[in-house]
Amino acid sequence: MLEIKELDITVDNREILQDINLSIKEGETHVLFGPNGSGKTTLLMAIMGSAKYRVTRGSIMFKGRDIVGLTLDERARLGIGISLQRPPVIRGVKTRDVMTACMREQTDGENIDRMAEKAKMTELMDREINYGFSGGEIKRSELMQLLAQNPDLALLDEPESGVDLVNIALIGELINELLKKEHPIRDRRHAGFIITHTGHILDYVNARTGYVLLNGRIVCEGDPHEILETIKSKGYENCRKCAS
Amino acid sequence: MRKLEPDKKLKERAKKSLSKPALLGEDIDLNRYDHAADELDYQNEPARLPEQTRERMLQVGVILDRNNRRSGTIIQMDHSVVHSQAKQDGIELMGTNQAREKYDWLSDYLWKAVAVDSDKYTAHVELNQGNGYFVRALPGSKTIYPVQACLYLAKKNLAQNVHNIIIAEEGSELHIITGCTTAPKEEEGLHLGVSEFYVKRGARVSFTMIHNWAPGIAVRPRTGIVVEEGGVFLSNYIIMKPVRSVQAYPVARCVGDDAVVRFSSIVVASPGSDMDIGSRVILNAKRARTEIISRAITIGGNIIARGCIEGNAPEVKGHLECRGLILRGGGTIHAVPELKGTLAGIDLSHEAAVGKIAEEEVEYLMMRGLTRNEATAAIVRGFLRIDIEGLPPQLNQELQRAIEVSEKDVM
Ligand SMILES: Nc1ncnc2c1ncn2[C@@H]1O[C@H](COP(=O)(O)OP(=O)(O)OP(=O)(O)O)[C@@H](O)[C@H]1O
Ligand SMILES: [Mg+2]
Repeated sequence: MLEIKELDITVDNREILQDINLSIKEGETHVLFGPNGSGKTTLLMAIMGSAKYRVTRGSIMFKGRDIVGLTLDERARLGIGISLQRPPVIRGVKTRDVMTACMREQTDGENIDRMAEKAKMTELMDREINYGFSGGEIKRSELMQLLAQNPDLALLDEPESGVDLVNIALIGELINELLKKEHPIRDRRHAGFIITHTGHILDYVNARTGYVLLNGRIVCEGDPHEILETIKSKGYENCRKCAS
Repeated sequence: MRKLEPDKKLKERAKKSLSKPALLGEDIDLNRYDHAADELDYQNEPARLPEQTRERMLQVGVILDRNNRRSGTIIQMDHSVVHSQAKQDGIELMGTNQAREKYDWLSDYLWKAVAVDSDKYTAHVELNQGNGYFVRALPGSKTIYPVQACLYLAKKNLAQNVHNIIIAEEGSELHIITGCTTAPKEEEGLHLGVSEFYVKRGARVSFTMIHNWAPGIAVRPRTGIVVEEGGVFLSNYIIMKPVRSVQAYPVARCVGDDAVVRFSSIVVASPGSDMDIGSRVILNAKRARTEIISRAITIGGNIIARGCIEGNAPEVKGHLECRGLILRGGGTIHAVPELKGTLAGIDLSHEAAVGKIAEEEVEYLMMRGLTRNEATAAIVRGFLRIDIEGLPPQLNQELQRAIEVSEKDVM
């Protein structure tokens, strides 16, 4: 579904990512680890198509098509969705308005209210989007919007950071619904790419592959649980050794 | 007979100010305009006015079909009041000239909230042919439906003079919607509008004004508001269509304890429009409160968005919020928020921001599937969404609709 080859990304004339290669197939969920500032968000934003993140080399194929020249909304319509680590506030635009945009064809108020209830967002629907939202509220809001969009590939930037222990179960549930975990693996179509520091989310999703990003390069690829254990016990120092 | 003497004095003061330029705004040469207009026939049935005229009036919120939800209607075209009818007990509605004849106490209200010698425009209104509307809510009377007033500039190159007096007697509730417009045309014209509001003890007034002029029109409103103890004055001003030049800086004075004033304005400057628009509130009594909220968008024209709050009494509170959006074109927005406090224990604050639409916000909505244009439109709509408190729901809906209709021109 997603195939990235030899990708370099530049932000404001500074090269952030180098020679990224990865491949996510239908129904698979992959996880991205890496220290602060290593370039994780940059990679997700580049896949989504934010103009600030310039592709200077390589390709991003989605469903067999090179999407590098496509705008954000074109990619969204092809089936890519993202939950942001730090989404912007838009004054005067209500959460409900954004949900309506996410639903596109299938707008019906009742559906929106049902999703809001599921994400414990009912109270926040008529507030200005992200304005004064708590950390946990932002995460639930982002996932609710993705549920409404129902993308084939969900890019999740730290969906569980800053979320308390009770809410993390809810976040896990929402992500599973997004990735259609209830479907048997064989006909699971939805794919996920998740950034996590804590790895808590691994308790909820069926992650197949993990990557470690260090200084803009993928230095390790393997079983995500194993990678997490290594990072937990030895920190990223070990990955650094691995890389050299 | 008591009114003659002050009348003469007023005229003298006016005469001395006939060439006094205004403090703000381009100085307009009054000699460029015609000052006399024919007396126009009175219309018993405003629904019979020409369709095109009614259409223009409708665009500024003046509804002329018979079943309108209005508690009264007054229409001034050029210098003639062509229709005036109150439909509800407790509301008095007539041309200001008629009110002068009817009530000799009217002189207690003329030029008391706005000084006749403020500038050449106020002087000109006093000394030349003109009219205006007089609206009075009797003590304790409450209306839900607004009184509608239309000021219509029909004659080419005319300087239209208007002097409005609005009195909300003690404990009354009064809503007014004023639509100012012209015949659809390219010619020049000038509108000079003096409005004096008296909000007595415990009265509530909402004043919603929609301007829909034409690219050749200059406008110089001069507005003063006096709010007594426990009184509430809410102003909503919308100008989203092309105009040549507007300079307006209404001043509200809270003279009674716990008086409340709120100004909301939405200003859009098209190419060729010069707008200097603001509101000023002087808090002169204990616990008086105010909020001034403005949204300015340029699509090519120039805007100076002013706001000023002055606190001169204990425990007063005021907030000024002035936001400007540079959407396109070579126009400028200059926000001038001012706060002045003269004693301890007052609470005045402001926030001002001028900028273009944040790319990050556009992209956020594009990630959700909106095109760039749709995302921009949604953000502009959000920018213009100001929650206006204190209006009856129907009037609020009308106002939102008026904003939505004009949004399309902005995009
Ligand atoms: N506009 C920019 N100009 C210059 N550098 C930038 C810009 N945006 C991001 N960067 C830099 O790119 C690097 C990678 O940032 P990125 O946000 O991708 O890191 P991250 O791995 O997501 O970190 P975190 O775990 O803290 O979220 C950082 O050093 C960051 O400062
Ligand atoms: Mg990040």
